Amino acid sequence: MNLDFIIGILEIILIATTPLVFAAIGELVTEKSGVLNLGVEGMMLVGAVSAFVTLVISGSYFLAFLISIFSGILMSGMFAILVLYLMTNQIATGLALTIFGIGLSSMIGKKYIGTPIDGLSPWFFVLISFVIVFIVSYFFYKTKSGLILRAVGESHNAAHALGYNVIKVRFIAIIFGGSMCALAGSYISICYAPMWQEGMTAERGWIALAIVVFSTWKPERILIGAYIFGGVTILQMNLQALGIRIPGQFFNMAPYVATIIVLIFISSNKLRIKLSAPASLTIPFFKGK
Amino acid sequence: MNFFLPSIVLRTQNSSSVNFLVPLIAIVFTLLTGSLIFSLLGFDPIYSLYTFFISPISSLYGFSELLVKATPLALIAIGLSYCFKNNIYNIGAEGQLTMGAIFGGGVAIYFYNVEGFWLLPLMLLAGVLGGSLWALIPALLKTKFNTNEILTSLMLVYVATFILDYLVVGPWKDPSGFSYPKSRPFNESARMPELFNGLRVHFGLVITLILIFISWFIFSKTIFGFQLKVSGLSIKAARFAGFNQNKLIISAFIICGGFAGLAGLGEVSGPIGLLYRDISPNYGFTAIIVAFLGRLHPIGIIFSSLIIALTYLGAEDAQIFLQIPSAVGFIFQGLLLFYLLGAELLINYKIQFGKIS
Repeated sequence: MNLDFIIGILEIILIATTPLVFAAIGELVTEKSGVLNLGVEGMMLVGAVSAFVTLVISGSYFLAFLISIFSGILMSGMFAILVLYLMTNQIATGLALTIFGIGLSSMIGKKYIGTPIDGLSPWFFVLISFVIVFIVSYFFYKTKSGLILRAVGESHNAAHALGYNVIKVRFIAIIFGGSMCALAGSYISICYAPMWQEGMTAERGWIALAIVVFSTWKPERILIGAYIFGGVTILQMNLQALGIRIPGQFFNMAPYVATIIVLIFISSNKLRIKLSAPASLTIPFFKGK
Repeated sequence: MNFFLPSIVLRTQNSSSVNFLVPLIAIVFTLLTGSLIFSLLGFDPIYSLYTFFISPISSLYGFSELLVKATPLALIAIGLSYCFKNNIYNIGAEGQLTMGAIFGGGVAIYFYNVEGFWLLPLMLLAGVLGGSLWALIPALLKTKFNTNEILTSLMLVYVATFILDYLVVGPWKDPSGFSYPKSRPFNESARMPELFNGLRVHFGLVITLILIFISWFIFSKTIFGFQLKVSGLSIKAARFAGFNQNKLIISAFIICGGFAGLAGLGEVSGPIGLLYRDISPNYGFTAIIVAFLGRLHPIGIIFSSLIIALTYLGAEDAQIFLQIPSAVGFIFQGLLLFYLLGAELLINYKIQFGKIS
C-alpha cells in the first residue's frame, strides 16, 4: 500500500462516481418539484447511445453531448406530458420510460457495438459534477425561483393559490432531470468506458434513485451518498483483484446489498423521511374541480 | 372559461364502456406508432407488423409457444395485482421468480437420481417458498423500517441473479457439462408434464388458470380482497375502518412472491429443464406491464398476457426475418404502457366541450 496506489484508487473512485452525481442531482431537482421519475435508467441509456452514435458519425464531442442532452429533454418531455397533462401514475409511467429506453437504446446502438472511439478525459466532467451540485444548492436555498420550486413540491395547491404555475415549474424540473440523466449516460459512453454496449449503464440509474433517498432531498448530501456507493463499487473490484477466496458473485452483490442497508439506515427514522421528502411527491396536480 | 376548447372534468360515475375501450385505444395507437418506427427504419410497415404480430401464431406450434410465454407472464401479473391494488410497488418479481427457480430447481438437483410422483409437487412447494421468502424481505423492510419497496425489491433482483450465477458455475454445476455454466438436466419426474404431445405448452398453464380463478374469487368475494381495494383507493378510509395495513402489505408481498416463484419453477421444470443463467427473458419486469394493461383484473390479465407474449414471439421473428434487434419488443411494450396510461385519463376524467358548469 503505497501513496501512488491510494491516489490511483481515489482517482478511479472520482471517475466512477461522477455519473451517479449527475443522475442523482437531476432526479433530486425533479423530486423536489413533487414528481418522481423512475425513468432514470432509460434516459441514461438513450443519452449514452445518442452521444456515442453522434460522436461516431460527426466526430465532434461538443455535438455528441449536445445531441445527448437533447435526447434527455425529449425523453423527459414525453414523461412530463404524460404525468403533468394526462395525470398518469408517475411510478408506472417512469417504469414505462425505462423499458422504452432500454429497447430504443439497443435498437439505435445495434450497429455500433464494438465501434472504437477516442475517449475524452473525464476530469472536466468530474469538476462540473461538483459545480452543478453547488449551483443546485444555491438555487434551492438562495434564490426566489428555488423557493418557488420547493413550494410547488411541498404543496402544489398552496403554490397554485399564490399564483405560481405549478405545471410549468414541474415541466422545467423534469426536463432538467432528464438532461442530467442524459449527461450521465453520455459521460459513461464517451469518458468512463469509451464504447457502446447494450445496458451499459448497469443499473446506475436505480442506484441514483436510492442516493436521492439517502440524501434526504438535500443537494450536498447527494455527493456523500454518491461517493459511498462509488467507493463500495470500486473497493469490491479491488478486493476481488487481490484474490480473496470468496466467489466473485458475492462481491458483485455488494453495491446492491449496500443500497438496501443504507436505505434501512436512512428510512428507519420515519419522522425524518416524512419531514424531508417533498410532501406532494407522486401526487398529480389537477386544477379543475 | 371559453365555449369551444375542450376541458377536462372529473368523472362522477364509472363508465364501464370506457374501462373496456381504454386498452383497445392503447393497442391501436401502439400499432400505429410501431408502423411509423418500422417505416422510419426503412422496413415495409405492413410486412413488418405481419412478421411481428401475425406470422408467429399462424401455426399450431406458434400458438403453443404463445401460451408457453403467456403462462409465466399471467401468473406473475396476477400476483402483482395483489400488490398494485394496494399501491404497493413490488417491482422485484424477477428476483422472486429467480429464487423460486433456485429453490424448486434445487430440489430437482438434489434428487437428480431419484424418480417419483412426489418430486414435482415438492418442487412446486419449494418454488412457492423461495419466491415468498424473497418477497418477504422488502415487505418486512417496508413495515419495520419504512424503506421504499420499489428500490429494495429491485436491488434484490440483482442479488438473486448473482446467487443463481454462483450456483450454476459453482456447487450445482453439471459434472459432465464441460465448462458450460448450467446444472444437471432434471429427470423425467421433475419435469412439468406437457399438455399435448410434441407441443411445449405445459401443466403450468392449468395451474395458472386455477390461480387466476382463485384470485378472481378473492378480489371480488372476500373481505381480504375488499381490504386491499379500499387501502389502495384511500389509505385514510382503510385506517378508519381499522384494517391492519402492515398485515395487508406482508400478505400481498407473500402472495405475489409465491406466484412469481411458481412461475420461475414452471420455467425451469417446464420448457428449460435445468438451471442456468438466463432462465427468464425479463418476465418479472414485463409482467408489470401485463398487470397494468389487464387493469389488475383477472380476465383482463389473461388477454394482456397473450398480447405481451406476442411481442416476445414477434421480436424473435423480427430478428430472424427482418434483422431488427429483438429489443424492439421492449419498445412496443414501453409504448403500449405509455398509451395505456395516457388513455386512462378517460377513466377518471371526461373531456367536455363547452362551458364548465
